[in-house]
Amino acid sequence: MELLKNTSLLINAMMTYTPPLLLAALGSCFSERSGVVNIGIEGMMTIGAFVGASAALTCGNPWLAFLAGGLAGAAFGLLHAIACVSFQADQTISGTAINFLAPGLAIFLCKAFYDNSSDTPALDSTMKLPKFFNGLFPVGSFWNNVLCNYSVAYLSLALVLVIWFVFYKTRFGMRLRAVGEAPEACDTLGVNVYAVRYICVILSGLLAGLGGAYVTLATVSQFRPIVIVGQGFMAIAAVIFGKFKPQGALAACLLFGLCNGIKVLATSSNSVSPNLISMIPYVVTILALVLFVGTARVPAANGKPYQKTK
Amino acid sequence: MLKEKTEVQKSDFREKILNANIIYTLISILIGFLVGALLLYFAKISPVATYQKLISGVFGRPKFMVWSVVYATPIIFTGLSVAFSFRTGVFNIGAEGQFVMGSIAACVVGIFVDVPGPLHIFLCLLAAAAAGGAWSMIVAILKVKRGINEVLSFIMFNWIAYYLSNYIVNIPAVHKVGEGEATKDILPSAQMMLKFNNEKLDKIIGNGASYSIIFAVIAAIVIAFILNRTTLGYKLKAVGFNRHAAEYGGINANKEILTALTISGMLSGLGGACQLMGMGDRISQFSSQEGYGFQGITVALIGSSNPVGCIFSGLFYGAMKYGGTKLSLVNAPNDIVNIIMGTIILFIAVAPALKKLILSQKGGK
Repeated sequence: MELLKNTSLLINAMMTYTPPLLLAALGSCFSERSGVVNIGIEGMMTIGAFVGASAALTCGNPWLAFLAGGLAGAAFGLLHAIACVSFQADQTISGTAINFLAPGLAIFLCKAFYDNSSDTPALDSTMKLPKFFNGLFPVGSFWNNVLCNYSVAYLSLALVLVIWFVFYKTRFGMRLRAVGEAPEACDTLGVNVYAVRYICVILSGLLAGLGGAYVTLATVSQFRPIVIVGQGFMAIAAVIFGKFKPQGALAACLLFGLCNGIKVLATSSNSVSPNLISMIPYVVTILALVLFVGTARVPAANGKPYQKTK
Repeated sequence: MLKEKTEVQKSDFREKILNANIIYTLISILIGFLVGALLLYFAKISPVATYQKLISGVFGRPKFMVWSVVYATPIIFTGLSVAFSFRTGVFNIGAEGQFVMGSIAACVVGIFVDVPGPLHIFLCLLAAAAAGGAWSMIVAILKVKRGINEVLSFIMFNWIAYYLSNYIVNIPAVHKVGEGEATKDILPSAQMMLKFNNEKLDKIIGNGASYSIIFAVIAAIVIAFILNRTTLGYKLKAVGFNRHAAEYGGINANKEILTALTISGMLSGLGGACQLMGMGDRISQFSSQEGYGFQGITVALIGSSNPVGCIFSGLFYGAMKYGGTKLSLVNAPNDIVNIIMGTIILFIAVAPALKKLILSQKGGK
């Protein structure tokens, strides 16, 4: 009985921690597969987190706020696309710039709006994203723990399916994968390499922004400067781990989410040092890479700017 | 590259200027400050007062300048570390973790090994370089032997180092009894305290000044020497330019990458030691990543991955960081520093394309 309860709590924790990583990772899939390295995901999540919280405080509707967070991320995606696609900037450099710009701007605006404080006020429960199956099962029961999750968790899982479909069953998906492998060939066949890359990088910003907004609108219910810390990079790690495939990223994110769940539950039991437990996700990732996953083949044109010849 | 050079010799002075990287860096810095000023203006904060404070906060007193240098030292090291890895064509995004490992090693040696002054400092630095180098070498081995993407493992190792540091801070033998979540102070013999034993001079440079910058400058010179004057440097750069061509020329690219990342890790580790011994004197429990590694990326970029350039860009960033701490006095958020730095890097990133555009219009090519 105890085991069953713990399992359900573990699943609950996993479903709580996975969505932001998963959303950002799916975004990263778009960008990386189209040939643009985006290490600015972290910054895009942070600005999404702030705009999400701030919009919720202003308009009160969590779904509008969620969308606003996504759009803020998309704006920085556009910036990254302009630098990397139109100006052929070094993609790592541009991403690093965004990791300074976006969080800097988020905290700057937060201080400007909220009385020089780097935290926003806490969100009311009405401003938070709703949960699915809420009140259907008694609180604390197995099914309540397993099924009563934030609706965005279900949304992000559904999104994996949609994006898998887009990647492998649509013309656009084929083009985006091709553009990441052989942009010159695509160009000669009449595919607009720049347009495809623009769309993909902006989408990566949008999804990262949504992921960030989820953090403030669902789990933390407040923007703080350290609210994202590292999750963007974990999302990038998940994509490499998942061999640049949406379904692979899902598996990696679930693994990270599960490890996070174990961490939270194990920390509350207070027998081992929480710092050692916190290492679990990272050590497990390295071990899994060494033992099972092995080399991830990077898309051939990944990181290389493409210049159309005249 | 060569073709560009001969073209410059033929052309006029103006074009020579337009071709120099430093011009684009300076323009980027200017644009960074302009964007910052615009934002401040829209937030109804006086840009003039803010920048005045930033400048007087750095140059106002000799003491402030000394502090700016102390702030700069660790990021010059991580900047060198990242720059060195860039030159070999790998991206050391793990400078953060190597920095932390270096500071842990230096801290342990600093607390527990009781030897006289200079030897103690040397031992601490040695331990830090070894720890940082080893931390990076593991990742390099994973990359070379198992083909595991270094960006991924660096990110993981950053977090493992982070929690390892927090774990070590809380070990009873290391933990300081009583106040705060931090380690004991390192022994005075391991502190890089700058003291002239002259009341006047000591007052001018202020309390807590350190000479750690000397080590950063030495490191930069050594790295410049390795890159420009040794076979090792030649091989590393060859791998960085074109891995396949280098291999065809008989260079073992995997071995060079292993060497480069290890040296890069040692530099970050030394940065951690200098931060600890020159400023902190103890390690506090982290609540979030300190960002020295990512600041190092910025320093490397502004310095065009040139070791000597890294000293100047590091000093610039150090001054911005230190000046930024004073902005609260004029009610301006110090996050404006990050926005300015981000804008600068973004413009440095697009500079090559702009340069090409400008030059093609001038030269008709």
